[in-house]
Amino acid sequence: MKNSGSTLIDRPGSPLWLLAELTYRCPLQCPYCSNPTDMAAIKDELSTEEWLKVIREARELGAVQLGFSGGEPLVRQDLELLVAEGHKLGYYTNLITSGIGMDAGRVAALKQAGLDHIQLSFQAGSEDVNNIFAGSGKAFEKKLVIARAVKDQGYPMVLNFVLHRDNIDELEDILALSEALGADYVELANTQYHGWGLQNRDALMPSEEQLQRAEALTNEYREEHPRGMTLYFVVPDYYEARPKPCMNGWGSMFLTIAPDGLALPCHSARDLPIDFPHVRDMSVSDIWYHSTAFNFFRGDDWMKEPCSSCPEKEKDFGGCRCQAYLLTGDAANTDPVCSKSPQHGQITDAVARANCQTKVDVPLLFRNMKNSRTLIAKG
Amino acid sequence: MFEGISVPVIAKHFRFQWEPAQECYVLLYPEGMVKLNDSAGEILSCCGNQVSVDEIVEKLSKKFPDAHTLPEEVREFFEVAYEKQWINFD
Repeated sequence: MKNSGSTLIDRPGSPLWLLAELTYRCPLQCPYCSNPTDMAAIKDELSTEEWLKVIREARELGAVQLGFSGGEPLVRQDLELLVAEGHKLGYYTNLITSGIGMDAGRVAALKQAGLDHIQLSFQAGSEDVNNIFAGSGKAFEKKLVIARAVKDQGYPMVLNFVLHRDNIDELEDILALSEALGADYVELANTQYHGWGLQNRDALMPSEEQLQRAEALTNEYREEHPRGMTLYFVVPDYYEARPKPCMNGWGSMFLTIAPDGLALPCHSARDLPIDFPHVRDMSVSDIWYHSTAFNFFRGDDWMKEPCSSCPEKEKDFGGCRCQAYLLTGDAANTDPVCSKSPQHGQITDAVARANCQTKVDVPLLFRNMKNSRTLIAKG
Repeated sequence: MFEGISVPVIAKHFRFQWEPAQECYVLLYPEGMVKLNDSAGEILSCCGNQVSVDEIVEKLSKKFPDAHTLPEEVREFFEVAYEKQWINFD
């Protein structure tokens, strides 16, 4: 089989992205975090040696982008060592961080190790909203210091703001803060409703009016500043009529390794009832090309109606498998974001609640180990 | 935008390298990658060491003597590359 013509033609491309989620530990408590809500039950982080092996094997397959995230990757004291190895192997190395746990010395050490890029997250454009959502009274102040240290080291300044109901109206503040910090790229990413985000969906989802205003402001900035900051505006897919081509297709480019070594086609896939392979048991090459899990939703044989006969199936791959599972109970169903999905009503109901004039405030469930244990106990 | 004596340099934060798995030159930047076609790869691999646009045209014309529209193609590429912020001119 291995040498048959058809297998060669059907062979998926190499992974381009290795996302190393080094830990689920984090000093912040953002209620839209994409980490699994049962993270308190996930122990036994990979060792330095195990991470080095994963990084080498993925590079051999052709991965070019290496992202270090978490949790907060700075919690890992071997971060500099892992960055140095990634850099030496020819990866473009990215650190995705809240900045908490960093100081000017550590920024310099990471630079020395060959780190190419730091993406620094803020929770809002203003101190009070930022700190409420971070669940930390000093977060904003610390981030400003770190942002300057990052800039001083000559890094591109890449800022990330997760947008939601309570900060999306501050877009002017967000852009002003970004300009003041000398940002080169600004990600304005609307909350995706997985993990903690789904738990807090009613509290976080903006109204259509809020969203349209933010998008218009973004476009206005782009027109007025053709060589200014590059803005990436990620729309919340609940407001789309067609699903996103999630991860550019299952097992097509992205490989996430969770803190305990579980290999996933995206950072949310852990929620799916699939037996994912583990880097302690299999090589990265076997995981990518031969594991059942990574082949589960490749191609279109797995699709059901309305996807299987849809002319757009090669464009959006039926949307997000995690969203299909979380909202319909079957990961092979059409992503309910699609207006053709029989379960699309779930999306329109959530959107209607977000647009309701008399919307009641819903309390936020913060992302922390205590709340994770409570959710696990509830089952 | 630029002249023959302008010196194109790959923009800060971009990395240009040959990728064996892709069998092409690529430009890497924060969280992204551009796969370059053969001519874009050839042109960008000439950049650096204070080499001007004119010198790049000359060098590539010697390498590809049959490519008669080469000077225009190189200039057009630099226009696009500048617009995309892959390069700057010294």
